[in-house]
Amino acid sequence: MEVTASIEKESKTNVWGGGTSPFKASYGKIMMWFFLLSDAFTFSGLLITYGFLRYSYPAFSGPVSAFKPSVDYWPIPEKIFDAVPFLHGVHLPLLFVGIMTFILILSSVTMVLAVEAGQRMDRKDVTKWMLWTIVGGLAFLGCQAWEWSHFITGTEEGMALSNGVIIHGANLQVNEYGPPLFASLFFFITGFHGTHVASGVFLNVIIFYNVVVGTYDKRGHYEMVEKVGLYWHFVDLVWVFVFTFFYLI
Amino acid sequence: MEQVVAVDVKPVDKKKVKKLWKIALILGIVTLIEFIMAFTLPRGYLLYAGFIGLTIVKAFYIVSEFMHLKHEAKALIWSILLPTIFVIWLIIALLAEGGSILNALY
Repeated sequence: MEVTASIEKESKTNVWGGGTSPFKASYGKIMMWFFLLSDAFTFSGLLITYGFLRYSYPAFSGPVSAFKPSVDYWPIPEKIFDAVPFLHGVHLPLLFVGIMTFILILSSVTMVLAVEAGQRMDRKDVTKWMLWTIVGGLAFLGCQAWEWSHFITGTEEGMALSNGVIIHGANLQVNEYGPPLFASLFFFITGFHGTHVASGVFLNVIIFYNVVVGTYDKRGHYEMVEKVGLYWHFVDLVWVFVFTFFYLI
Repeated sequence: MEQVVAVDVKPVDKKKVKKLWKIALILGIVTLIEFIMAFTLPRGYLLYAGFIGLTIVKAFYIVSEFMHLKHEAKALIWSILLPTIFVIWLIIALLAEGGSILNALY
């Protein structure tokens, strides 16, 4: 009796002394948080590299309306990303990226609604909202595929190099929009984010399947939906930063 | 053999759901403000500071409410937030480095 009494007393006085749960969260959730923290460092590395290289290139000095792509200075993104599907040749700066942003924000909302339904053990609602989240993720990936293929194909005018050769679009060797590094960073940063969205959709599909067959009803809780939800919101969070630092600034 | 599990389904918490949609609306409006700023204000450091400020507002809402971090234990909140100090250091270090390269080359 005395031994148990002293253990209880100790655990109450010292949060980190063992026998308690200082983070008041499950192992899986805490590990997801720390994984996301490490992932945040990876994305920070990529975005700060973008800032570093952009700072080491001269900026376009004239007015925005007079901007023409050149390898001599860093491009103004709103002058590069101005195309929207089915509206060929119309100058609509950043509109398509804006649509992509809204799609991702909406899929984040449907995900948080799935988590809310999971806490109520409502399988029907979780199924519905998980499905919408998957649809949102696939829509975003489709938009990104179009964005990439448009970026790679390029414009009809292209850019004339100093040796007279005209190049169209961008790849890892040439880039009609500005310095070749600009295209490399575009592929790297949006590609790495797109890979995260793709694996997020993959995880969502697995969880969706488990919800539909009733795995979590048998388990007694829907915590897996919360964990995959954390990952999905993180993907949205990264896009918020990519949108600002790659497209707006 | 299909096993039927009895589950106690609770009704929708209307207040909570309404709050979630409100946060989504805030995120959408902040994005719209960024758009309007991009096409009405002159490009420069003031505009960039505005973009970064609004980005942090959006990040705050996503992390605190959607990812629920605001309602976790204090120890967990700080364990996630404090390490990002390294990111701030890297931003300052590499932007200064980039500026030096620009000065040396051009």
